[in-house]
Amino acid sequence: MKEKFTTLKSTGVPLPVENIDTDQIIPARFLKATTREGFGDNLFRDWRYDANNQPIVDFVLNNQKYAGKILIAGKNFGCGSSREHAAWAIYDFGFRVVVSSFFADIFKNNALNNGLLPIVVSDQFLKQLLETVAQKPNTQIEVDLEKQTITTGEATEKFEINAYKKTCLMNGYDDIDYLLSLKDETKKFDLAHA
Amino acid sequence: MSAPKTLFEKIWDAHVVKRTAGYPDALFIDRHFIHEVTSPQAFDGLRQRGIGLFNTQRTTATADHNVPTKDQHLPIKEALSRHQVETLRKNCKEFGVDLYDLGHPYQGIVHIIGPELGLTLPGMTIVCGDSHTSTHGAFGNIAFGIGTSEVEQVMATQCILQYKPKTMKIEINGKLGNGVVSKDIILYIISKISASGATGFFVEYAGDAIRSLTMEARMTICNMSIEMGARGGLIAPDETTFNYIKGRKFAPAGVVFDNKVEEWKKLRSDDGAVYDRVLTFDAADIAPMITYGTNPGMGIKVTDRIPTVEELKEISEQTSFKKSLEYMGLQPGTSLLGKPVDYVFIGSCTNARIEDLRLVASIVKGKKKAGNVEVWIIPGSKQVEAQAKQEGLDKIFEQAGFELRSPGCSACLGMNEDKVPAGKYCISTSNRNFEGRQGPKSRTFLASPLSAAAAAITGKVTDVRELV
Ligand code: SF4
Repeated sequence: MKEKFTTLKSTGVPLPVENIDTDQIIPARFLKATTREGFGDNLFRDWRYDANNQPIVDFVLNNQKYAGKILIAGKNFGCGSSREHAAWAIYDFGFRVVVSSFFADIFKNNALNNGLLPIVVSDQFLKQLLETVAQKPNTQIEVDLEKQTITTGEATEKFEINAYKKTCLMNGYDDIDYLLSLKDETKKFDLAHA
Repeated sequence: MSAPKTLFEKIWDAHVVKRTAGYPDALFIDRHFIHEVTSPQAFDGLRQRGIGLFNTQRTTATADHNVPTKDQHLPIKEALSRHQVETLRKNCKEFGVDLYDLGHPYQGIVHIIGPELGLTLPGMTIVCGDSHTSTHGAFGNIAFGIGTSEVEQVMATQCILQYKPKTMKIEINGKLGNGVVSKDIILYIISKISASGATGFFVEYAGDAIRSLTMEARMTICNMSIEMGARGGLIAPDETTFNYIKGRKFAPAGVVFDNKVEEWKKLRSDDGAVYDRVLTFDAADIAPMITYGTNPGMGIKVTDRIPTVEELKEISEQTSFKKSLEYMGLQPGTSLLGKPVDYVFIGSCTNARIEDLRLVASIVKGKKKAGNVEVWIIPGSKQVEAQAKQEGLDKIFEQAGFELRSPGCSACLGMNEDKVPAGKYCISTSNRNFEGRQGPKSRTFLASPLSAAAAAITGKVTDVRELV
């Protein structure tokens, strides 16, 4: 059973960079673990730390002003490698929502499979959210999965999410339970496709 | 008469175990490839549920992502990497999965050994916990990369839950120029439509320029479909495909093969089938390509200039563009020709098949590498390595001062010790030029094996057409 997701009210962390690929989220050299835990320590490793492992002060995750469970990023977030470790790292760090105007497909699936909600907003809304949060780090952002809305102050936007995935997230279900219930049908395919 | 269908739709529909309104399709998976990096947590999941694989015969494992490319017969030095490969061994043994381990004559990069062993066939659905699974689509099947939770799904149920993506046809017509190869075709397409231009789509490549390509060359194109955001790419099978498959280790043989070929011949898009998007390009417009930035869409003809900020199509791209060029240490508006390189990497599931090695040999034969470069040739598999030696390519490489190492992903993702040092330039036949992909702060130029070989000889970015 996964953690259930219904509503979330939190401050956000702005990362206004486009095309953030999963190699940036978690570089390959940190993929050697054989469990799912602990990847948050190396989230955005090479943007967060320099060659001597000293924190890079300019990077937003090292800036005390910004905190919260919502990561706000530029478009085409999560492109590149299929590594699910990227979603694990973001979740392990403490984020529960990523907001962008566009997500790469595999990342989106990986996030949803791990209780991390990717929210697609319009370019306009994203731009404004990034600016507002950058200027006022204590801005509260509200996410309501049931109603499919994201709200800050006056601005609200409705987001799309697939009905099935929504049910899974809200109830903490996972796909395997459902697929195992199709065992008999699958067996037929297994024989027919020999 | 039913409505005309695309090849993609035909294969997809033939694999739908269950379609329920409001749910993604439950899709049957014919072939599952696994490797050491994205499988351990999936095996753990099975253990926790107390179940095994649905059908072990449909899963094949190899060790490739995180293996040394030197002294593969010795225990892996680095403790975490050793543990990862040992975990794969232990898991495969416990769950009864075939493993082509280090030292096995069939070991190699997962997307190279599948086709090579005849495990990859037309009409199949194929998945692997690696985004370049799209490579297999060259045989006319639906192949795509998945995450570890999905690896567990497929192990447990032989199915995956997926929404049907949109379809796109990319047609390349005409004849390729001298010195232009399939890697240039795909780098050209991505530079035209951007690194996210095909997100949400599954691509079918067509046109006479594609038809004239060998299987190896087709695999290079399908391989990089993911670099424009597509879930995968496929090419309808034809005689070239059937000839490649014939006689491969696990391919059907004899009458079974002949019958299969008759079935496979039907695997083509119907006349009048509708795609959500169609793009057409002229092969004559394609030149040797090179990337200058930090995503594969940032590519130019090697003779062109890097764009200036003003020339960008979208204003929103400006920040990323500037950041990217700063990372690469390059100036907008300048040419890359003559830019010295420090490393040449010939390898990866994009370009480490025997044909790629032959292309490299054709350029470097009788020549010596430039003094300022280090050249790594990492064959895609043990079989490629053996073939290269049989053809004497190893001698040509040795005389040129190149190092032919043992198979693995190597500097394609820099998980093992093969890393390009910070600030150094590497011209690479792999598929990703992301920041730090080949090692922290490394700088990557993606190019074809021909262009990489040319740079190895001259020590700088070169228009290979001057050497052929
Ligand atoms: S060679 Fe590179 S892209 Fe290919 S499977 Fe290995 S890591 Fe992935």
